[in-house]
Amino acid sequence: MLPLRAVSVGWVVLGATALVAQTVDMPEPATGQIDFATHVQPIFRGRCEACHGSTNAMNGLRLDRRSDAMRGGHSGPAILPGNSRESRLVHMVAGYRVKVVMPPVGDPLSAAEIGVLRAWIDQGAHWPEEGSRGSEGEASSGEERHWAFQPIVRPSVPAGDHPVDHFVRVRLHSEGIEAAPVAEPRTLLTRLSLDLIGLPPTPEEQRAFLEDGGTGAYGRAVERLLASDHFGEKQAMHWLDQVRYADSDGYAKDLVRPHAWRYRRWVIDALNAGMGFDQFSTLQIAGDLVPDRTVEDLVATGFHRNTLRNREGGVNPAQYAFEETVDRTSTFGTVWLGLTLGCAQCHDHKFDPLSQRDFYRVFAYFDNLEEAMVYAPLSGEMGPYLQSVNDYRREHQRILDEHDVPALQADWERRSLQAGANPGVYLDYDLAWQELGLNTDGGQEVVRIPPERRTWRQANMVTYYFLRAYSLVVGAEKAKELGFPDALRQISELNRRFPQPSEARVVRERGSRRPTFLRVRGSWDRRGIEVSPRTPHALSTSPEPVADRLALAQWLFSEGNPLTARVAVNRVWQEYFGQGLVRTSEDFGTQGPPPSHPQLLDWLAAELRDSHWDIKHLHRLIVTSETYKLSARVPEDLAKLDPSNVLLARQSRLRLPAELIWDRAMASSGLLHRDVGGRSFRPAMPQGTTGFKAGGTDWVPSTGAERYKRGMYIQFQRTQPFPYLVTFDSPDFRAPACRRERSNTPLQALNLLNDPTFAEAWRALAVRVLSHAPRASFRGRLRYAFNLALGREPTEGEVSRFEQYVEGRLAAGKGEEGDSAALPRVEGIDERELVAWTGVGRVLMNVDEFVTRP
Amino acid sequence: MTLPELSLTRSRRDFLERTLFGTGLGVLAHLLRVEGRTAPVSADPLAPRQPHFAPRAKNVIFLFQAGAPSQIDLFDPKPELHKWDGQSLPPSVASQLQLAFIQPTAKVLASRRRFAPAGRSGIELSEWLPHTAKIADEICLVRSVRGESVNHHPGQALLMSGNPLPGRPTIGSWVTYGLGSESRNLPGFVVLKTGSSTQGSTGNWTNGFLPSNYGGVLLRSTGDPILHLSNPPGVSLEMQREDLDLIRELNAQQLARSGDREIAARIAAYELAFRMQAEAPQLIDISDESETIREMYGLNAHATREYGMTCLLARRLVERGVRFVLNQHAQWDHHTNLDKGLSAKCRTTDQPAAALVQDLKQRGLLDETMVIWAGEFGRTSLAEWRNPSDPANIGRDHHADGFSVWFAGGGIRGGQVIGRTDELGLTVERDPVHIHDLQATVLHCLGIDHERLTYRHSGRDFRLTDVGGAVVDAMLA
Repeated sequence: MLPLRAVSVGWVVLGATALVAQTVDMPEPATGQIDFATHVQPIFRGRCEACHGSTNAMNGLRLDRRSDAMRGGHSGPAILPGNSRESRLVHMVAGYRVKVVMPPVGDPLSAAEIGVLRAWIDQGAHWPEEGSRGSEGEASSGEERHWAFQPIVRPSVPAGDHPVDHFVRVRLHSEGIEAAPVAEPRTLLTRLSLDLIGLPPTPEEQRAFLEDGGTGAYGRAVERLLASDHFGEKQAMHWLDQVRYADSDGYAKDLVRPHAWRYRRWVIDALNAGMGFDQFSTLQIAGDLVPDRTVEDLVATGFHRNTLRNREGGVNPAQYAFEETVDRTSTFGTVWLGLTLGCAQCHDHKFDPLSQRDFYRVFAYFDNLEEAMVYAPLSGEMGPYLQSVNDYRREHQRILDEHDVPALQADWERRSLQAGANPGVYLDYDLAWQELGLNTDGGQEVVRIPPERRTWRQANMVTYYFLRAYSLVVGAEKAKELGFPDALRQISELNRRFPQPSEARVVRERGSRRPTFLRVRGSWDRRGIEVSPRTPHALSTSPEPVADRLALAQWLFSEGNPLTARVAVNRVWQEYFGQGLVRTSEDFGTQGPPPSHPQLLDWLAAELRDSHWDIKHLHRLIVTSETYKLSARVPEDLAKLDPSNVLLARQSRLRLPAELIWDRAMASSGLLHRDVGGRSFRPAMPQGTTGFKAGGTDWVPSTGAERYKRGMYIQFQRTQPFPYLVTFDSPDFRAPACRRERSNTPLQALNLLNDPTFAEAWRALAVRVLSHAPRASFRGRLRYAFNLALGREPTEGEVSRFEQYVEGRLAAGKGEEGDSAALPRVEGIDERELVAWTGVGRVLMNVDEFVTRP
Repeated sequence: MTLPELSLTRSRRDFLERTLFGTGLGVLAHLLRVEGRTAPVSADPLAPRQPHFAPRAKNVIFLFQAGAPSQIDLFDPKPELHKWDGQSLPPSVASQLQLAFIQPTAKVLASRRRFAPAGRSGIELSEWLPHTAKIADEICLVRSVRGESVNHHPGQALLMSGNPLPGRPTIGSWVTYGLGSESRNLPGFVVLKTGSSTQGSTGNWTNGFLPSNYGGVLLRSTGDPILHLSNPPGVSLEMQREDLDLIRELNAQQLARSGDREIAARIAAYELAFRMQAEAPQLIDISDESETIREMYGLNAHATREYGMTCLLARRLVERGVRFVLNQHAQWDHHTNLDKGLSAKCRTTDQPAAALVQDLKQRGLLDETMVIWAGEFGRTSLAEWRNPSDPANIGRDHHADGFSVWFAGGGIRGGQVIGRTDELGLTVERDPVHIHDLQATVLHCLGIDHERLTYRHSGRDFRLTDVGGAVVDAMLA
């Protein structure tokens, strides 16, 4: 199908000199008395109802029911009884004063058919009751409601049974399948540790766990891990997938967002603090609107700032502002409701009870946002800042004055404003004005404020932009002559030298609400009827409209909304078992499969709700079940009976996500730099790799211990993500990712075999093993290496095989001069031994077991 | 008991099960018996698959010209523009144009290029494309292509993935997802790149929500041709083999212990990685190419050397069974200094692109290889003049409503022109071809019904052509 504007343009070019607008008049009305059922209804049924009927109602118009037809569609009334000349229905079929002719496929209606419609309308558009089909009520009434929309009913559990095990066993029993035995203790600890905090258990933790043979040992390990600061990191990872967190804008420019991490830190802190899921959600959706809000509450609204931003030259900012609101709307639907609300942007949802009107009603909640930057200092940042701020600002001003910035900038602002007010006149400054709007957040508004009334941040935003962009109008050479690149360098050095409070990207509500319009066919520039904020009709819990974002967030957690809790527990569940009880964790609509264990899903949902949305409680419940602890071994009969492990007669081995494979390498080698909630970093690229960019500038790798931070802090550059992440199925963070792929490719093998950062990890592991117990036996060393990397003891066969491997390496004299000259020697360790054990590290970090949660 | 099997990973596992596990865990013994350390090819998710119907083409080479080449100066002569040269168009006309940077009042800029009929078919081409003129009878020139956006990133996203918003799988991913690849030792979808980076960046070859097996793999011109292809310092080939042997043994034991069939796929992936380490350096070592070939692709001349190399590599890739090659050349975005910039681009690309088609033909590969030459959109017949004091500074803005692309080989009927723009090059006058139609046609030639090649994600079935697309029958041989 062609886009609308491609079907027919309203003008044609007739030679070079004759440019005339084409007009078409409409056929005359038919003569004689028109009968609806005989003459009109066949036209509607044959040519219109496929799109304007009960299943689709495109553009909100239905021509199969009298009441709907007379009400019209999103573009307004279609039929004006008594006046066919002004009726939109007639315009559309006749191609009169409109760009598109209906029906859009097949032959157009004949003049005779249009004449019939006109005469019918002119005669009063009489539509007898019996001529209408379908019920006049809502489509959903009378039919059985889809399971996900039904209220949550808490099923009962026999006393003494673990609820999770109870429901799983009932199903297994009915299928005649026996559950696997519980996994070995070491496997359990590794599984638990990787699942709860995303890091492997240390050899010390393994020993303590095995020595603590008491019945409570497992429970104690659970509590230790739930209380770890790394718990928040691990669980934040899954949340950040859903809220499409990234460190850059996306699209062509893909500018870096240096402050985005502050929102990520909020998520980690909130999860570590045990914040209830209701508050956790409410603050992200509407932290700016809660009573007595704190700066942290505002930081939470950074959720809304994760949208992509198109700053490409020549784009229409209004179009992409619309796209961002669309993104916020569908993200809201996916994250909390598990519904593909975004499908209703252009037309009514094809399968679920979500109309296009519903979409724009939810859209209206987010249509009134305003972006802002705020200072969001971490504890300990403000004191040093306040102490030095006067010196800092004086230095700052000196740099600007030395480069004559105030005067030049004033002139540039004046000319830009002038061009902005008269497009097409001052060609050189036209672009400057456009680019100012695109490349800053609110720069055009700031230059309208007199300099003395700008805030420090506003003033700097425009000045820094000016220093970079003055070259657009005067040329790069002139800007260089003025010393602008140097001034920018000095300022950035100054900003590093003086302490700065952290900043956060937030949103707040606009002062006055602007009207929101439905968009015809989802097109940003085709306004339909006006809509007010309201929750989707099929899910509405009260006749009262829900007023604002805060109320919208509260509605998610109201008694009558069954989706929020079901969707949330299912997403937590899938991280422990590899798939949700509802496999399509992103889609709880009618097209998704029903839950494998509906009672279990509802029990968990009810429990989450009744525990004041206690997230840690939910995690604890799942990991303390017998079902979670089962062995992942696949017996042959089970492989045939239940290959996808839907019935949960066993656990599943799950390939770890990219970030956790990274973490496991860093943690087991001892390189890991723990900086919970910190800034993003850039890992090294292999030597000779060029053309790798971050927001238009070269990717400059981080140095020092920063490089060994957890994988979740790797800077995510949307248009050019760090290749390792992509290779291991990281989402692209453009839309919510509710679950990850787990592919298995040769590029993954090349990455783990040859990546320089992983190579550092093997060697660090070798150093760790060799210096741990310098005089230990081979067996002792290998055990330690296995404990570190795989969380288990080597088998007898493995001991002898590795011994043979190490002996071979030593005998070959690897590590003699020239073999690894590029690597720094380690004092007190024989280089040949180190090389041999580096090989052991390489092997251990490449086996399937290393990249897999057991 | 089992739910509908939706994910590909799942079906791949089933496939593995059928092919490898017919005798239960016998695969372990089998794997350990395998000579030459090669794992069964069938463990590869890129194993060749049957198309929907008999294909006309097997492979695709997409010569992507990023930045929007000016069709007005290269492919679509508009002599009528001379009557309007230097004047503004009537507002009623100009206001209909979708423009990115300039205002509707901008002046008309007639092309300064001479056009002449080429080949037996007499397709009119610009004087700046002398080599393309030599393959005129091989190409199908479509002059009536329509995009949806006049901005680069959305334009490139539409061309590559069928949607102007980012995040969908790209055409190369869809094709390898649909057909797998004949190449055993190289990725199925390979990307070559010259010129600066493009607005679409890695989004131009992303697998989007398809499994990462189907993402484009960038063949680099410096350092390792494939990222992480070389062993790290201190690891010799012999050590690499020793390590891989030990890794495989441990994996095989783990497979026996756990019964997790995914491990068999990992064993296979490591073996493929090892073969790739051997194959990729051979691929880029062109010492086996004759002097005639080097001369033909322009490897001996400064202007054409780099692009010529990528075109030659594209041929070497399809010779080795790689399914889809994206060869991307950037910087056709001539808002300013049109004459200087465009002539330089033509000097760089014209000869190698034509050489590729001729070379494929002389090797008998053109019938099964489709070559596509396209930018994300075209340029306006109105001038963009950012620095009015400098006459040479003049250029053209973005234009998506009627631009030109060409196809050759692989089921395409050469020596013909499809579609027509109006006399001022403002809009399509006859046979509009939407980007989705082009995509549907590419898939059709490969034996794929574009409406049936779908992938379920986020609750719906997606396809390359979104909700549109119709095969352009007139393009077919």
